[in-house]
Parts: sequence; structure tokens; C-alpha cells
Amino acid sequence: MTVKAMNASELSKKVINKEPLFILDVRNEDAFTDWKVDGENFSYLNVPYFDLIDGVEDILDDVPQDRDVLVVCAKEGSSIMVAELLSEAGRDVSYLEGGMKTWSEHLEPVKVGDLDNGGEIYQFVRLGKGCLSYMIVSGDEGAMIDPLRLVDQYDAFAKKLGIKVLHMFDTHLHADHISGGRRLAESTGGTYYLPPKDADEVTFSFEPLEDGKVVTFGGADVTVRAVYTPGHTIGSTSLIVNETYLFTGDILFLDSIGRPDLAGKAEDWVSDLRESLYVRYKEMDQDLLVMPAHFAKLSELDEKGRVLARLGDLYKVNTGLQVEDEDEFRRLVSENLPPQPNSYQEIRKTNMGKISPDPAEETEMEIGPNRCAVS
Amino acid sequence: MIKANEVLDAKGLACPMPIVRTKKVMNELEPGFVLEIQATDKGSTADLKAWADRIGHQYLGTVEEGEVLKHYVRKSGNDDVEQEIKHPHVIDNEQLSEKVAADTIVLVDVREEAEYRFNHIPGAVSIPLGELAARMDELNKEDDIHVVCRTGSRSDLAAQKLTEKGFTKVTNVVPGMSQWTGETEKSV
Repeated sequence: MTVKAMNASELSKKVINKEPLFILDVRNEDAFTDWKVDGENFSYLNVPYFDLIDGVEDILDDVPQDRDVLVVCAKEGSSIMVAELLSEAGRDVSYLEGGMKTWSEHLEPVKVGDLDNGGEIYQFVRLGKGCLSYMIVSGDEGAMIDPLRLVDQYDAFAKKLGIKVLHMFDTHLHADHISGGRRLAESTGGTYYLPPKDADEVTFSFEPLEDGKVVTFGGADVTVRAVYTPGHTIGSTSLIVNETYLFTGDILFLDSIGRPDLAGKAEDWVSDLRESLYVRYKEMDQDLLVMPAHFAKLSELDEKGRVLARLGDLYKVNTGLQVEDEDEFRRLVSENLPPQPNSYQEIRKTNMGKISPDPAEETEMEIGPNRCAVS
Repeated sequence: MIKANEVLDAKGLACPMPIVRTKKVMNELEPGFVLEIQATDKGSTADLKAWADRIGHQYLGTVEEGEVLKHYVRKSGNDDVEQEIKHPHVIDNEQLSEKVAADTIVLVDVREEAEYRFNHIPGAVSIPLGELAARMDELNKEDDIHVVCRTGSRSDLAAQKLTEKGFTKVTNVVPGMSQWTGETEKSV
């Protein structure tokens, strides 16, 4: 039996297509409890690799032979060792190329749809962390919404499409991941747009993304319009593309709503959040298709792996949009909040340009599950 | 420098090799001995700790020197086995805690130096059991000496040795550091 490598893109397709897979995770129990590769039809066994150095005989009965088996570790080395031992025992198994480190950083591009006048929208699904970012194509130009620091993957995709990405939008100053907006703008000579109310402490120059601002770009005349919708942060701004798609950032998700406390301002921002969700979005065209910056559960992905929903439909199914009583709403968004994301203060400082961690430190800062939504 | 009985160079090796090598060296090592593992793989700290806990070895701690992580692990020794305590004068941790607070005793920690360096009671003097015979003159025969180790078994041997050599007030602390909840300090 030979040991095969499975890469993050192949694994992504198994997640999206809801295929069955048996994952033998050989990291420490703590690491496995903290986060793992989620799949709706995945099953798991966690045995640390150091228990298997002398052989895999003890676990052979627990490793099924009727479905694909993937061995996973932090960086790949230990999973290769264990996969080889299983292979010597006659089993046909794969290991995850690059381990959880690569998985946490992998972006799976999924086409959302075509725009009326020849443009296209792609959603980049970061399955390992639940982040969503977007590339909008118009002729030979591209724009990005809430791009992550993993700019090489966007560069490679833009190259494949033959476009130049010149307009980078951040819906707010992120606290859960390091933004790629500024670095993309620097490398392509493009413009980085950021809501000015989130940018008090920002140390670099940027284009202010103010309420009502309209950016038209590329051969297909794609229009991006900014609408001020504070509440997650004081500057949080939604973007409407061609009056068809509504990019809500961290204000509104499919299954939940944003939380206002990341910068320690929960109490101050509750009424802003309520106004954005219960007044401003309600006044918009209810046929707009909502695309958020995060998803929380794999069930939010449709059969193509896309995360999107009609705004009007969200008012029917998203319980965060159905709280009539203001005090109850205040309690919902300011009490029983999940823990803060790992290193959120350092991440904010990085996004302000105040500190410049090296790539290894950036990876470390983003490790762990995402905790941006009220669930 | 922290003293170790053996040093393993696992620098430049990626996971799983630091643990694979450690396991091999530990198998050869004498019970109770301390191994220093030098590694550059950042994940080695969490893995070594989890591995040692599972096997029953003592993970003592890690010192960072530039890019190099120096881990200290003590091989599970015969002090883990329940042994009959022979020295007649014994107090428990709670009583020790009172005496430490009153500052009336000389507390001698007879664990390996590496164990002491990562975690000890403030004011305790480090004289590892193996060095006790040679270093006895550092202690005063009339002092109220209390001997502590991890579980009370090495300190029992030390207390017997001291009594044989004419020390008059020697008390063994049982169980000792493994159950100590009071203040501790590091000297690394």
C-alpha cells in the first residue's frame, strides 16, 4: 500500500460535497479539542502520534476499511509517519499535505455568480476558520472585499483570470484576522478603502470609505456603493454591488448577527447595531443577496459551497433579526458572549499598522477557531 | 546552565523526530535521571509535555535561548513507587507551610537540580540526593533541618543519611513538592 497526499483543495471538495471521510487526528488531545477539520459526514479518532511511535496495532480495529482514511497532524510530519505505519499494516490511507497549518490558511474559491453586465463574483471560503472574502471581476480589473493576509492565493487566482486587482475594501477594522487589503494595494498599486471611523489609530494612508461613496471600475462598469451600518465596530460599513449583492461584513451573518464588543464597546454600540439591523437593512431592497464575512456552521454552505441568502429571507429565519424587545436585544448581544478571538488585540494593532509581526507570528495569532458571531 | 544527566540534540528536526529521539534516549536512561532536549521545533514544548504526562515522566520545564528550546524531562524513577518511609520524624505539607511562614527551619530540597530550578519553595536550599554525602558540610548539625523532595521517598533516604552522620534535628516532609500548593519560585 502506498501513502497518498491529500491537499487542502481536495479536502475542501470533500467538505463541500459532504463526502464521508474518516479522520485520524494525531495531534495532542488539547489541539484536537480546540479545533479540527469539520465535515458533515466526517468521523474522527484522536490518538497523539507519540502513542503510535512503536506501532499502530492498538488502533487498527478502530480505523475503518470501508471508507477513505485521512491522517492529520499540525504540520504534516507526524501524519506521514503514522500513515506509513498504517500502510505497512496493509491499510490504504492518505495524509493531509501541510497539516492543519495549511488547512487553516487554505482559501477555496467558489464562483457565486455573474453580474448583469459581464462581471463575476467569487467567494473565497476559508473552511478552516470560517472566514469569507470576495473578488469582484469587471473586465480586466478586480476588487476585493475583506481580503485576508493570504495574498498569494488571491494573486494566483487573479493571474489565472488575467485580471489586476486594484480596489481593496475592508468593511471594518478586523479583530479576528489580519487584513490583506493594504498589502494587496501596495503590491498592485491599487487603492485600499477603510471606514474612517475605524481608522483613528491607523498609521498608514488609505482612502476613506464613507457613507454613500460609489466606486465604479473595470470594463463591465461594476459599481460598489458604501452604506454606513455601524454596530460591530463604530465604522462598520456595508457594500452594495450593482444593487444586487449586499456585503454585510461582520454585521449580519446567515445564521446569526455580529457582536459589538470586540473593541470593548459593547454597551455603546448596541443601539448602533440595532439601528443597522432593524432599520437600515430593512429599508433596503429585500431581494439583495447577503454575503457576510464569516460563516459559523457548514450547514450554511449551499451545494456549491457558497454562503449567501436573500435579505428578505434572513428576516424570516435568522433569530437575531426577530427580537422585538430592545432590552432583550441588548441582552442578546452583550451577555453570554463567546470568548474573544485569540490575540484579537495584536490583530487589531497589526491592521492599524502599529505592529508588523513576521509571517510565523501572524500564523500563530490567527490560530484557533473563529469567534466573531453571537451564536 | 541547568544540570542534566544527558543532552539530546534535536535541533533542526521537525515533528515527529524530536519526540521519537527523546523516547529512544529515555528508554536507555536510568530512572530518576534528567534529560535535556535541545529543539528548534516550536511545537515540541506542548508535545513533550503531553507525551511525558502520559508515560509518567516528569516534564520539568523549558528554557528559551534564542532559537533553541531546551526542554528538561526527568525519567520516572523509583520514587514513584510507594516506598516505606523509614525516618521516624515526619511532617505533612500543611505543617511545613506553617514552618516556612514562621521562618524557623532550614529547608533542604534533595531533588535533582533541574527539578529545583523550575519549581521550588522560596528559601529552600538545593542539595540533590546524589550530592548530599559530599556537600553535608554546607549544613549545620544543630539546625532544625527539614528535607523535601517530590514524593517523600528521596527525602526519607536523605533524612536517614543526615541522622547517621550526626545531624540531630532532621524531619522528612511527606509527600512534598508533588502536592505542594503554597508559594513557589523559579530560578531559570
